[in-house]
Amino acid sequence: MPQIRVTVDGVRYDDQVEARRLLVHYLREQLGKVGTPVGCDTTNCGACTVLLDGLSAKSCSVLAVQTDGHDITTVEGLATDGQWHPVQRAFHENHALQCGYCTPGMIMATIDLIRENPDPTDAEIREGIEGNLCRCTGYANIVRAVRSAAAAMRAETAAPAHGGVPRQADAEPAAPAHAASGGAAS
Amino acid sequence: MTATPDTPSVQLGQARLRKEDARLVTGQTSWTDNLTQPGLLHVAFLRSPVAHARITGVDVSAALELPGVVAAFSGADFAAEQGSLPCAWPVTADIVLPDHPPMAVEEVRYVGEAVACVVARDSYAAADALEAIEIDFEALPPVLDMEAALAEGADLVHASKGTNKSFLWPFEAGDVGAAFDGADTVVTRRYRQQRLIPAAMEPRSVLCKPDGDSYTLWSATQIPHILRLMLAMTTGIPEHKIQVIAPDVGGGFGSKLQVTAEEVLALLLAKRLGKPVKWTEARSEGFQTTHHGRDQIQDIAIAADSDGRIRGLKVDLLADMGAYLMLVTPGVPILGAFMFPAIYKMDAYAFNCTGVFTTKVPTDAYRGAGRPEATFAIERILDELAAELGMDPMELRRRNWIRHEEFPYTTIAGLTYDSGNYEAATDRAYELFGYDALRAEQAKRRESGDPVQLGIGISTFTEMCGLAPSRVLGSLSYGAGGWEHASVRMLPTGKVEVVTGATPHGQGHDTAWSQIVADQLGVPFEDVQVLHGDTRVSPKGMDTYGSRSLVVGGTAVVHACEKVVQKAKVLAAHMMEAAEDDLEFSGGRFTVRGSAGPAATIQELALAAFAAHDLPDGVEASLDADSTYDPDNFSYPHGTHLCAAEVDTETGAVTLRSYVAVDDVGTVVNPLLVEGQVHGGLAQGIAQALFEEAVHDAEGNLVTSTMADYLLPSAADLPEFTTDRTVTPSTTNPLGTKGVGEAGTIASTPAVVNAIVDALRPLGVDDVRMPCTPERVWRALHEARPNGGENGREVRSATSLAADSADTAPPGARVDGGPDDGEGARR
Repeated sequence: MPQIRVTVDGVRYDDQVEARRLLVHYLREQLGKVGTPVGCDTTNCGACTVLLDGLSAKSCSVLAVQTDGHDITTVEGLATDGQWHPVQRAFHENHALQCGYCTPGMIMATIDLIRENPDPTDAEIREGIEGNLCRCTGYANIVRAVRSAAAAMRAETAAPAHGGVPRQADAEPAAPAHAASGGAAS
Repeated sequence: MTATPDTPSVQLGQARLRKEDARLVTGQTSWTDNLTQPGLLHVAFLRSPVAHARITGVDVSAALELPGVVAAFSGADFAAEQGSLPCAWPVTADIVLPDHPPMAVEEVRYVGEAVACVVARDSYAAADALEAIEIDFEALPPVLDMEAALAEGADLVHASKGTNKSFLWPFEAGDVGAAFDGADTVVTRRYRQQRLIPAAMEPRSVLCKPDGDSYTLWSATQIPHILRLMLAMTTGIPEHKIQVIAPDVGGGFGSKLQVTAEEVLALLLAKRLGKPVKWTEARSEGFQTTHHGRDQIQDIAIAADSDGRIRGLKVDLLADMGAYLMLVTPGVPILGAFMFPAIYKMDAYAFNCTGVFTTKVPTDAYRGAGRPEATFAIERILDELAAELGMDPMELRRRNWIRHEEFPYTTIAGLTYDSGNYEAATDRAYELFGYDALRAEQAKRRESGDPVQLGIGISTFTEMCGLAPSRVLGSLSYGAGGWEHASVRMLPTGKVEVVTGATPHGQGHDTAWSQIVADQLGVPFEDVQVLHGDTRVSPKGMDTYGSRSLVVGGTAVVHACEKVVQKAKVLAAHMMEAAEDDLEFSGGRFTVRGSAGPAATIQELALAAFAAHDLPDGVEASLDADSTYDPDNFSYPHGTHLCAAEVDTETGAVTLRSYVAVDDVGTVVNPLLVEGQVHGGLAQGIAQALFEEAVHDAEGNLVTSTMADYLLPSAADLPEFTTDRTVTPSTTNPLGTKGVGEAGTIASTPAVVNAIVDALRPLGVDDVRMPCTPERVWRALHEARPNGGENGREVRSATSLAADSADTAPPGARVDGGPDDGEGARR
């Protein structure tokens, strides 16, 4: 079996993989990175989207062996120092998820969209996440979340020393436990 | 509102962000397919490649020789123990209810039915081994068209039953003959509710672990409680030996309101092999085998006076059951029976529903289940009646709807609507929509002959949800009740655990229930933990469907909290040396009425009950309480939806320009969650109108069996929604809430189609069959135009669906006789 060396969420792995094994199955079954789900078998839904060397890729349409020597980021690797990525925060704050199954892929696709276009219009957002399907939200709040994440990330770039302010300032001590220190987006 | 420890804020009505999100946005999820067990084996099913055939031989021996394969079985290997998949809703006494073996033994009746299975060490090996199984079939004729299926001498889906008719369910109220004979106008239409695929984003998955004579089964299900009961009744494994867990579940929309072949077989395989087994469907496998929704032919007639007053309504439904009756298959169209009269007053109503077997995957609940179909038909035909009478379609509705001062109102279908205000919702929708300006623009475009015409679509809907009063379910032959259970546990530290029998799969129960409990007990929102979805943690429940969780399950939570407060009050009176009647409870504190003296908090009382050092005689050492709530009535959310659609008369393309939804769901616990439910519902209803259809070819193969072929809308396909609410509280539950999960889906489909037809009516179009694709719109225009039909020659589209084969073709389509034309689909 081919040998690969990949970095996933900052950790290096040396593994033997079947040549035919899909990246998403390698992530889920060999590395236990089950945060990245599988939603279809025709590359339509985008639930399995990850970043491959910083660019979004549907991990169901990449073979694990093709990632030899490359860097992969999944939704599990986004938070830094216990603080969520601005896109994760924006999805939470805008109620941009319901069942949450499409969310990892939606978040990863959004990061790539904002990298490419830091200030997208609503139409550009809708076109930009066209490859990711959601059955719960009707996309309205996802569009809002992407818009607000883009604004937060622009602000962060402009003033890196200061984070954004959480939108729900009143009585939101329910900040998720592992993000509790993150009053501000990192 | 700022919360302080002494005066917790009122939670009801606040847009609290969701407690559920933390694990979902970080990937710390527990989807069933994420779970594993030591020694886990993987199951794959070999599925029928044909719609109808007698099985003459299954040989799994070659599969057993392949690496990694542990076992392989045919249906015959489980014939003695697999039982028949249950139907809990035999709607008539003489219903034809065929056996439904989880794995086919003698005959297959739809493409995708399981015929054999492989159990292997990993999922790739299991999939590989399917190729080695040999099956011999003797072909039988497929049965695909409902009307043909009912004809004399039709090929039969179940030969031993002698008919393709499952049941005839009639309903009649008032003097229908007199209503129609005495009316000035009768409008008759046939509408087609296409077959839809629910397509929850998480595919179905099941994992079963044996533990001696007991079993734990994790499943991507909406109904762990019902599933456990049904698994016991189907397999004979005692109920108390089965634990069912619904972990994180990624959407359902009815598709996971089911007892599936794969769940039964996972249990039986775990039992036979003594090892944990898991199966997860591939998406295209799921499209073929997870139940579908809708699929009705609706013949509807409405009788009215010349001033628009509705006299009577007649509905004849053909409802496609598919090959078998699953959990609530026959009940779905019957739920619709009560909704055709909708919000309108009339003298008489007749309804007949015939359930028909075909060689397709069974239908069952899909978001709205019976009510979207009914709402579509009545809202569509009201527009046709308005056109016939030359009346504004909203004016026609106003003249017939129940006025707000007339509630409670018992409809001709026998339902008593507790409350509503259709005038208020409509007025608000008009305001947001800019109705008059859009009508002016429409007139201008019509006058100038603009190739892009504008249409306005109305849907003034209600629906019955909050399933359901148990006595009503009993009278409709449903096999269970409609109550819900809750228990509230006060922990010694003053934190609260709430156990609910309603099982979420994306709705946000944890957040909403926390808000309710925080208000009821006066504890912080953060101090409440909501538990659900595991039959050992939450032993009683009826689960989540039919927009029931909040109105039924939430009420059970309220009642359990009231009992906790009552128990706490006894202890508080004892500790404060006061009479119970002198105490009042507010903000989590008992105080003596009218006194500024000391208080006892619910947290202090929880600790005192736990310590039990100083309890009054006869008082138990616990504040915990349970409640089982059975609703007296359904809940009746309503609203007015308005859609503006631009229709390109040259290409048939439809663009939704604006969509306004004003919903009245009574008192709102969390507006964020309500808005989210409305948005998602709109998307699915709009998708039925414009995009989605499960299409079978003439052999019964599902042509739209992947996400590449079945058009689920993306963000780019949907418009922004303008949503608002009016609030007319329900009078039948203590919170005043009404269901919201299905409302958007129920309301939006007719609003969109009415808009399209409104745009094209001056061009002679009075219907467009769903989904209203550019091709369908173009065909409708083409047929309506006097010079249509390609100079009178009948043409058929190369790309036309089998169901379309009698229609005419779009520009550029190949004419009759080409190798790939519709002819192939009509063999």
